Amino acid sequence: MAESTQPHTVAVTPEAQAIVVDPSTAAIRVRQFNLWYGDFQALFNVDIDVTHGKVTSLIGPSGCGKSTLLRSINRINERLGYVRTTGNIELLGQNILTPGVELTPLRRAVGMVFQRPNPLPLSIRDNVLFAYRLSKGGKTTRAEEDQVLQKALEEVLLWDQVKDRLTRAATALSLEEQQKLCIARLLPVKPSVLLMDEPCSALDPKATLAVEELIWKLRGEYSILIVTHNMAQARRASDECIFMLMGEVVEHSATGEMFVTPKQQKTADYIEGRFG
Amino acid sequence: MTNETEDPLTGAALLRSAGDRAADSVSGNQDGVMFTATALDQKNARTERGYHSLFLVMSIALILPVVAILALLVIRGGPAFSWEFFTESPRANFTEGGIFPALVGTLWLVVVALLASVPLGVAAAIYLSEYAKDNALTRLINLAIINLAGVPSIVHALFGLGAFVLFFDFGTSILAASLTLAIMTLPVVIVSTRETLQAVPQSFRMACWSLGATRWQTIRKVVLPNSISGILTGVILEVSRTVGETAPVMFTGAVLFTPFLPQGVLDETMAMSLHLYMIATVIPDVPPEVPYGVALSLILMVLVLNSASIGFRVYLRGKKKW
Repeated sequence: MAESTQPHTVAVTPEAQAIVVDPSTAAIRVRQFNLWYGDFQALFNVDIDVTHGKVTSLIGPSGCGKSTLLRSINRINERLGYVRTTGNIELLGQNILTPGVELTPLRRAVGMVFQRPNPLPLSIRDNVLFAYRLSKGGKTTRAEEDQVLQKALEEVLLWDQVKDRLTRAATALSLEEQQKLCIARLLPVKPSVLLMDEPCSALDPKATLAVEELIWKLRGEYSILIVTHNMAQARRASDECIFMLMGEVVEHSATGEMFVTPKQQKTADYIEGRFG
Repeated sequence: MTNETEDPLTGAALLRSAGDRAADSVSGNQDGVMFTATALDQKNARTERGYHSLFLVMSIALILPVVAILALLVIRGGPAFSWEFFTESPRANFTEGGIFPALVGTLWLVVVALLASVPLGVAAAIYLSEYAKDNALTRLINLAIINLAGVPSIVHALFGLGAFVLFFDFGTSILAASLTLAIMTLPVVIVSTRETLQAVPQSFRMACWSLGATRWQTIRKVVLPNSISGILTGVILEVSRTVGETAPVMFTGAVLFTPFLPQGVLDETMAMSLHLYMIATVIPDVPPEVPYGVALSLILMVLVLNSASIGFRVYLRGKKKW
């Protein structure tokens, strides 16, 4: 945590890659990353840096590889047998694509929130404690659990709404509450990075705003990479913005700059709604 | 508001023009009433009613054989029922006494067959649904399952005779007969279990994996608890089939008559299905209501065994959280 409090350098250079992140503050560094689904190449020489403690949004038209990139960072893509990759992904300085990397601790360090809220068919309590219990090998005391449960639910601003129905099915919650719960269940295992794949696209505008506010509140403690189709959301709720097109990174800028003075013509076209 | 009315394509203007278009489309109607049926609509409605009735009749037709069979058995087999019928051994060359040893024998056969096939079948289904990649081995396994399901029961019987009775030297015994039944019903268990497992939404698995659960933890904590009721359905199907099978047990473990109840899995036993087959076709001078009575008992036995698992299933489904 000490690193994230240090001032980091965001040097805006006139060249294509606008943001150069000081290596010590990069939560995620992706270098020359290529990915194939069978014969189809989905990602081409992707280089991105996600700054520690910031919200970085990934934008781009459907099929540009945003979600694929996101899913490569906790290596959940590998469930599909036909995925092949080259290049490096470093998480907190460690390459996660080397053979020695164990997936379980990696997935605990990299929490993931899905497009459609997907609470497990368990009680609210069991959902929040799911990863925590796994990480402790099932040896947890009731008191510990209660404490962890309350802390996680308070962090996502859900405690007051659900504290009286913790044993009820999580799937009976509203979509907004479900999505917050899906964020809450990541927190007890202390992830450093949260990946969010269009976390608000199944929610109504009011719930979207609530979840965005939550994301904004969580930044600082967690580095957040969020895929979004919603340009206004990227603008409202992110510090930095990465624009992708056809499997390549086109531009990475501070959000304010990208939406006011995009450096690439393609970015400008997309932002102004000329395609995508 | 003023802005909207100035634009000819918004607000009230838009509503008006929509009304005009609707009026145009029914302009052929002499009463000027909107939304009435045209000749084509009437034809479509007739066809619709026709198919509706067809499917309804077909579904109801399915019930008829079941009702007819049950009615026949109850009417003709009912008189055979008595306390002695269920508690005594056959006497006087099967013309008197009851079916108690056959009842007990069938229970033995079913239970031992379930003990063998359910763990094996569920394990295979879990592998195929949760672990297997789409490769040559998986395709081979699937092919084997399909073929196993298609093997006639008499062929299973001969296989059981060769493999369990002779090769493994279990003799004609409950063990040999039950293992034969287990192999015969294995495809049912595997296929129904696999389908149930695959009906569990993939998003649950993704959620579990992304929380750092291994495949087994995912299966144990989320997939199995949510598919147990469907797995039981497969087991129910298997019970029904096992109870009634005759051919696989007649070479491998069931005998026409034995004065002793089975004491262990290596004993031979009487069985309801074989008993019914014999008294209906081979044994002379059996009172006519007795075979019907045995058949009715066989069906009732299936119902009793099933209702236990159905009850359990309903209980589990009530606990389901999605």
